[in-house]
Amino acid sequence: MGIFGSIAALGAGIAVLGAGLGIGRVGGSAVEGIARNPEAASKIQTAMIIAAALIEGVALFGVVVALLGAKA
Amino acid sequence: MPQIGKLSSLLQVIVLALSFTVFQASAYASEEKSFNVNEMIMHHIKDAHEWHITGPEHGGVSVYLPVILHDNGFKVFSSKYFYHGKETEVKLNDSTTYHYLEGVGPAKGYGLYHEEIYKLNHEGKLHFQGDHPHNATPTDLSITKNVASLIIGSLLILIIMLSVARFYRKNGAVAPKGIAKFFEPIIVMVRDDIAKANIDHHKYQKYVPYLLTIFFFIWINNMLGLIPIIPGGANLTGNITITFFLAFCTLLVTVFSGNKNYWGHIFWMPGIPVAMKIFMIPIELIGIITKPFALMVRLFANITAGHIIVLALISIIFINKNYAWAGLSVPMALFISVLEILVAFLQGFLFAMLSSLFIGAAVEEAHH
Amino acid sequence: MDLILPDFGLLVWTGLVFSLLFILLAKFAWKPILNAVNAREQKIAEALALAEKTKAEMQALKAENDQILKTARAERDQILKEAKEAANAMVEEAKSKAKDEATKIVESARQNISSEKAAAMADLKNHVATLSLEIAEKVIRQELTADDKQKALADQFASEIKLN
Repeated sequence: MGIFGSIAALGAGIAVLGAGLGIGRVGGSAVEGIARNPEAASKIQTAMIIAAALIEGVALFGVVVALLGAKA
Repeated sequence: MPQIGKLSSLLQVIVLALSFTVFQASAYASEEKSFNVNEMIMHHIKDAHEWHITGPEHGGVSVYLPVILHDNGFKVFSSKYFYHGKETEVKLNDSTTYHYLEGVGPAKGYGLYHEEIYKLNHEGKLHFQGDHPHNATPTDLSITKNVASLIIGSLLILIIMLSVARFYRKNGAVAPKGIAKFFEPIIVMVRDDIAKANIDHHKYQKYVPYLLTIFFFIWINNMLGLIPIIPGGANLTGNITITFFLAFCTLLVTVFSGNKNYWGHIFWMPGIPVAMKIFMIPIELIGIITKPFALMVRLFANITAGHIIVLALISIIFINKNYAWAGLSVPMALFISVLEILVAFLQGFLFAMLSSLFIGAAVEEAHH
Repeated sequence: MDLILPDFGLLVWTGLVFSLLFILLAKFAWKPILNAVNAREQKIAEALALAEKTKAEMQALKAENDQILKTARAERDQILKEAKEAANAMVEEAKSKAKDEATKIVESARQNISSEKAAAMADLKNHVATLSLEIAEKVIRQELTADDKQKALADQFASEIKLN
């Protein structure tokens, strides 16, 4: 473990940073969109969840790579 | 509303179960000399040949699952012949030591190291090189914890859905009651919001059974994984093999339902210069694989991460060796567990949704 | 590393169990459930369409009823008016008839009276003449000898008598 563990944790942290920013933007824009057009709320929500999942997927790639690093 | 009532009773179960985890872990921790969080978590999220319930590892209360090996014919025996077998220590020259379990009785001649079964060499030992043994491995078709969980989950889905189907068979097309009332909106949601919304209106019906099966398989197994004790607690949907298989199914469905328009877009993208067309072919071909690959990793990483977070939060108590930390760690673990209920549904929904998006793109007709 | 590598045994079992699950569910669960849900949705849609149609029919029926009612009312009014008119006419007719009758009766009565009167007068005249004659006869018998002369004189006297 040792040093590798720390670097892996750092990598996971950076991945989370990006995902946090991305999902934050998606959520914020979705809320704005719903506020402007409340009738489209359900459609916006579905689109938001999909977009958030795609971002999260990328972040989880990062986490998986970090896990790989942790095992090395 | 009945759904909320069901949810709150589910929550109660989870709170109870969570506190059970704490007691279980405390018993576990007090008997071990040192508590290794990493090892405990990895042990939990990986597959095993036993279903551990309580007490110390190897020797506590646990369900011993059958081992099935194919090595010059099938060999079937209980995994207790490993866990109650001989604990063997191997010391290498560079003073690293490895512990593995040597099988006794019908398991004689095999060794278990990190839940992997190896054939012992002519000296009756595992030969370590690097950090894992280099012995031959028999084909391991054991009913492991994940396989058992898979079978339990599938039976559960089958029982639920057959009783829903029986309601309709008995009562005809009437307003649903009981179990059918709970599941019908979800089934209709999968049909309308997932299948119909993304796949051509004339073709979506063919894919509804697949999407329904995938959605309920992931959802129910996610929920089972959230229950900390048997028959739950296995990290089934957080296992790369399961997610690989599911993503592979989606890949197959997508590829085999792809029409002329779909393949045309891959091999000869319309509307761009010829040089770009040639350049786009490998990119599009890789795209066929990366989409299901992302599905596979998303489900695996989400569920595994959920399990790791809950276990890590509970481990705070044992890292700090003070029960007072339970005041922090249990509410946080509870919060994450509740969040995981949402994630359990969301991941099933997303897997089905993205599958249906890919299928929808594959069967879409050209609209020029 | 084995965390992210598929395991052969589990893959075999997953393939087996998932395929079996899919086949069983598709055949014994999804098919009847989706059929029932579709059938019900169709039933509801049909019921809604029927309700809409019935509503339109009811509307039409109501309009028709209103029309009929209106006509009936107008007819009733007409009939009432006619009846009133007829009654009035009848009364008027009866009145005029009665008046006529009365006039007639009065007239006939008057005629009767006048004819009776005339008859009575003639009778009276005759009577008076006879009486006068008798008187005269008696007078003349006593006084006159020549009958003819006396009679002429008596007639002259009688005609000179005015009876009114």
